[in-house]
Amino acid sequence: MGVGLAMVYLSLIVLIPLAAVVWKSTDGGLSGFWRSVSNPEAWAALRLTVVASLLVAVINVVFGTLIAWVLVRDDFPGKRVVNGLIDLPFALPTIVAGLVLLALYGPQTPIGINLAYTRLAVLVALLFVTLPFVVRTVQPVLMELDRDMEEAAASLGAGNLTIFRRVVLPNLVPAILAGTALSFARAIAEFGSTVLISGNIPLKTQVSAVQIFGQIESDNRTGAAAVATVLLVVALAVIVALDVIKRWSARRG
Amino acid sequence: MAKWGLRLAALAYLLFLLVLPVGLVFWRTFQHGLSPVWHQLTEPDALHAFQVTLKVAILAVILNTVFGVLVAVLVVRHEFPGKRLLNAFIDLPLAVSPVVVGLALILVYGKFSSFGGWLADRGIQVIFSLPGMVMATIFVSLPLVVREVAPVLEEIGIEQEQAAWTLGAGPVQTFRRVTLPAIRWALAYGVVLTLARSLGEFGAIAVVSGRFVGKTQTLTLYVEQQFQNFNVAGAYAASFVLAFIAVVILVVMNVLRPKEEEA
Repeated sequence: MGVGLAMVYLSLIVLIPLAAVVWKSTDGGLSGFWRSVSNPEAWAALRLTVVASLLVAVINVVFGTLIAWVLVRDDFPGKRVVNGLIDLPFALPTIVAGLVLLALYGPQTPIGINLAYTRLAVLVALLFVTLPFVVRTVQPVLMELDRDMEEAAASLGAGNLTIFRRVVLPNLVPAILAGTALSFARAIAEFGSTVLISGNIPLKTQVSAVQIFGQIESDNRTGAAAVATVLLVVALAVIVALDVIKRWSARRG
Repeated sequence: MAKWGLRLAALAYLLFLLVLPVGLVFWRTFQHGLSPVWHQLTEPDALHAFQVTLKVAILAVILNTVFGVLVAVLVVRHEFPGKRLLNAFIDLPLAVSPVVVGLALILVYGKFSSFGGWLADRGIQVIFSLPGMVMATIFVSLPLVVREVAPVLEEIGIEQEQAAWTLGAGPVQTFRRVTLPAIRWALAYGVVLTLARSLGEFGAIAVVSGRFVGKTQTLTLYVEQQFQNFNVAGAYAASFVLAFIAVVILVVMNVLRPKEEEA
């Protein structure tokens, strides 16, 4: 009975509505779907979303790993506070994240950097909300890592960079990949933090989530569903990729 | 030397992405003292938005806690057809854009759809009212309890539960006296995560609520509306409340985490 109850709950709230999105996207047939996705506004939004999310993923690989490294291997006063701060973007509502970034990087900037209504602003917003992913997946692996191997490499004359590249990095790769996939998926889906700071200029700074929102507001549900389906497919691909990474790293031990 | 460089780079990144923006809004909020902030927060619309947010979040947290524990027990303790599928679907909501969540719900429960129309004929309005907002919040926070509780259930094994069974305890008693105490920290952690996600939800709520001021407006929607209406002080004050709750939740999470590891 529990199984039935769980399935009904899941179906009513998640599965049937998501199926309705896919179903609705084919209202105008395959050609209608293609028209909705390839119209200039939708296409530009999709391109910006994917390119920005890829950039965000790459930057997170570098800075996420770096921050995790500093938090595990370095020691300085206030480290515990910094460690606690990392989770802030998860706990902070996305609209507040957008507001906060607009305060520093908007027209009222006290530091002379006004990014409001530019693509760079979208990138910064996505970096803010995805900050914890790579840090929090890499950190525990780095903590568990045996220092013996590194000491052995050092005693054999390897430099710091070589040790990191040849000894540490290979152990971190599955965690880095998992964190990167999560931050990519999050960036693709992000809405709240980009709403205020991007200005939502069609063809320029509008990401797909915002473009879908606009289509819903103007009652073009079929067009909204088509772009939403594309985002769903990307999300599914990321879930599958994560599963593959998990199995792969489990096999490697 | 390299150590200093790395530390500096990491801290500078965090400073410019996280600390300075949050600190600046905090400073601007309280720049003219407490009373203007208090004045903004006691506006009728702000108070109402706070009530709506609490109502939606509490309902979503209760339902997702019950569902989360149920699914975690099912997936870890029982075998049934479709188990792998259920397990795979649970994570799905985390990858779906909030706006798509909203769209999905209005396509099924909106008045123009056949099911939504059927419900509306019977006086049940889901979209643009509380039920739809609760559903949207449940959707976005669905996996959080399951994902915290399931690993702990797996780890504690079934010996204690079996012992309770052989001593004549029924399923309810076994759950209440044996299983629940064992998973309590993981459950608390999952509940806190769900609460944080529920209070902060914006995109899905923006679509399904219709954003009626003084009716279906939550605190996050209030922040956006105040900002768009050029009442920056109001937006900052409401943001401060949300950020303050976020920080409290972070602290609670940090208290809960080590206890879970000791258990």
